[in-house]
This record gives sequence, C-alpha cells and structure tokens, in this order.
Amino acid sequence: MALSLIISNIKKSYKDKKVLDGCSFSFEQSGVYVLMGPNGSGKSTLLRICALLESPDDGEIIYYEDGKVVENNLNLRRRITLLLPNIGIFNTTVFKNVAYGLKIRGMNKGEIKERVEKALDFVGLLHKKKQNALSLSSGEAKRMGIARAIVLEPEFLFLDEPTASVDQENTEIIENIITQLKQRLNSIIIMATHDYQSAKRTGDILLFLEKGKLTRTSVCSESPFQLLQGML
Amino acid sequence: MNPILESFKQAFYLILHLDRELLEIILLSLKVSGTALAIATLTGFPAGALLGLKNFFGRNAIITLLNTFMGLPPVVVGLFLYLLLSRSGPLGFLSLLYTPSAMIIAQSILAFPIVAAITHSSIVKVNPTVKLAAKTLGATPFQIALTMIRETRYGIMAGVCAALGRVMAEVGAILIVGGNIAGYTRVMTTTIALETDKGNFELAMALGIILLCISFIINIILFSIQKKGTKESSQWL
Repeated sequence: MALSLIISNIKKSYKDKKVLDGCSFSFEQSGVYVLMGPNGSGKSTLLRICALLESPDDGEIIYYEDGKVVENNLNLRRRITLLLPNIGIFNTTVFKNVAYGLKIRGMNKGEIKERVEKALDFVGLLHKKKQNALSLSSGEAKRMGIARAIVLEPEFLFLDEPTASVDQENTEIIENIITQLKQRLNSIIIMATHDYQSAKRTGDILLFLEKGKLTRTSVCSESPFQLLQGML
Repeated sequence: MNPILESFKQAFYLILHLDRELLEIILLSLKVSGTALAIATLTGFPAGALLGLKNFFGRNAIITLLNTFMGLPPVVVGLFLYLLLSRSGPLGFLSLLYTPSAMIIAQSILAFPIVAAITHSSIVKVNPTVKLAAKTLGATPFQIALTMIRETRYGIMAGVCAALGRVMAEVGAILIVGGNIAGYTRVMTTTIALETDKGNFELAMALGIILLCISFIINIILFSIQKKGTKESSQWL
C-alpha cells in the first residue's frame, strides 16, 4: 500500500506572526493537490512542514503505510521530496545536479546514468546535460529541479510555486510535465501556487489556505475556481 | 651599468647556472613554506569549515580573532615564538630555536588564520537554498556539509593560494626564529635581507627576481582558479 499523510492541527508562528493556525488534512489518494492562497498565507511553510524540513510549533505530521505510522527518519525523508521555489542549484553540470540524490543514496554509476538521462529527457533537458546548471534560464532551472526530484521516484512530491517567475512557454512545459507525472508516478503531488489558472489546468483537488486555516474547496472544476476567483 | 639592469643580468645568470648554494636556498624556502602551508591547510580548513557550518557559543569571537590574525605582523609572531622556544622559555626543552622546524611553526601560525578565515567566509556565502536543496534530496547532515564545502571549492583554493603567497614572501618571523644560518636556515627572503645589509644589491635583487617569479607562478594559479569560479558563478546572471 502506498504512503499517505495526515496532518493534524498544525500551528506555526514566526516571532509574533501566526502563519498556520490549526491546519488539518489527509492526503491519501494519488493525484495533484493544489494548495492556493494569497502571498504570505503560509503555503510554503505548510509544504516545508509536510516535507519534514521544518517542525510545527504544535500539531502532528504523520506518514502512514499499511495502516501503520512510518517513523520520521532518513528513510522516510528519502521517500518524499520538495522542489523549492529557488531550486537551490549546485555549481556543477545539469547531469550532476540531477544525479545528486541518487549518488548520495549510493546507487551505482550505470543506473544513475540511465535514470538521470531518462529524467532529463522527460523534462526536455537531455541536450543540456553537460552544461553548468547555473547557466540555465529560470524556466529551464525549474525543469531541472523537477528532473532532480522525479529521478528519485518520490512517493510524495511537493512543488513550491513551480511556475513562478517563469515565461509562458516554460509554464506550459512545466504544467505539461506535472500532468504527465500524475500518470507516470502514481504518487501524491502537492503543489503550492497562487496562479489559479495554473491550478485549474493541473490540479485534481483544491485546497485553500487563508488566515492560517486550510480548507478543501472542491475537486478542480470550473465552478469552484470561479468561486475562488471571487474570493481572491 | 645600471644596477637594476645588472641585477636582472645576474638573476638570469643565477637561474641559468643554478649554483648549488642558491638551489639549496630555493629548495629550503619551498620546503619550509610548503610544509607550513600544508599544516595551515590541514588545520585551518577544518576549523574554517566548522565555523562556517556550525553555530556554537563563542563562534563570533573566534571569527573576529581569526580576521584580526589575518593581519598578524610577522615580527610579532617571530618574537612570540622566540620567547616560547628560547632556552629559558616554556618550550625551550624542545631545542627548536634556529631550526627549519621553528620557521615552519612560525609560518604555519601566519598562514592558519588566512586559510581558516577564507574557508569560513566562503562557506557562509553559499546560498542557503543550496543547503536546503541538499536536505530535500535526502542528504544526511554529513553529506550536506560536504555539498556546502564542494560549493565553496574555488574560494577555499584561492584562500590556500593566498596563504602560500603570504608565507613565501615572509621574512620577519623566520629571521627571528631561524637565525639565517647559512646552509641550514637560510631561505630566499632572509638571504635578500642579508645581502642588502652587506651592500650586495645585485645578488639581493637577483634573488628578489627569482622570488618574484615564484610568486608570479603562484598568482597565475590563483588567478586561474578564481577565474574559473567567477566564470561558473556569472553564467547565471
């Protein structure tokens, strides 16, 4: 049985500012969950907490498998991954950037090469594998970030603003990649964005974060988005 | 003939004929400075990395001290070491004064803060997203530290080259603790000082030119390392 996540009453404050105030949700079905909300509403914070990069002040983050709680350790962290808004590019080639996660897992060179090339081909960057990753455009960098994450075949993939600061052409490519990922990975993809058009095109389940509270709006369709548009 | 031109002529003559005594002086200079640099790198690099990667009590005070010690006057180091190593000093029993070992210790003390401080400043300048990215990809704390160090490799290498430049050109400390003994502790910089005192400007100048050539080679290496790092970093601008 696949990995599932239950977040319960998550609270988080930075200094005196309350960012998350009792967020609860259960991520069990595979698909794309779109997390929306205005700037500063805590989307990135919630993703970082769910991806076990940050601890909440209160509440619980519990990963389940076969009805049992999965211990929060390196093994669990290696089954999930988060694409950061700024990617965090290593000063080396595109190939080595994508290979990083596999290399630290001790995979052999042959398998690394095969999987990295497959991932780069999937995001349309195979021809740039020998290029220094710092020389990529912002759209290409985001695509490389996606390749770096999906090469690990994560069971939970968190995408933090994958189409922010990206031109229209690359936005379409990235959205297409996410749509294809749904079928290919059979994982749970949780994407934060404030672009409702993008959310509409890629998402299955819409979550809205406002004033620290998380609400499920509806399965993505025309009407809830219109509702959301009105809310924004 | 112009003394400067005469010096150049003599320098080329010395380089071409490589007099045994001169060769020994050059080799001792390289041995002392090379060993001092190796010691400073082996101790300064982990110290700088620790300061860059870990937060602990007293860290800021150590960083300030290191930055101050980057500009340590060599004669002060020499004097301090002389007092420690002299027969009546606390380490006099080691009988290290006026030996190449004392010179190595002096130069290590001078090079250590440079390597440590530049390593620290290179690591703290790494984009914090890189550290977080390594974590999101499943790196252990040790693997994250290695990644951070790898990201700063050009800065650290430039620091090591800068430290080598400092020790190669140093004269004050090794003159005090080495004593400039012919055939034993005489190196290029101390020979230049001695020959200048004797009024033997041509030989002093010739040695200066050879020293300059060695420094020039070091700087070519330093420049090529920095150029490579700058090229890679500027590619994304």
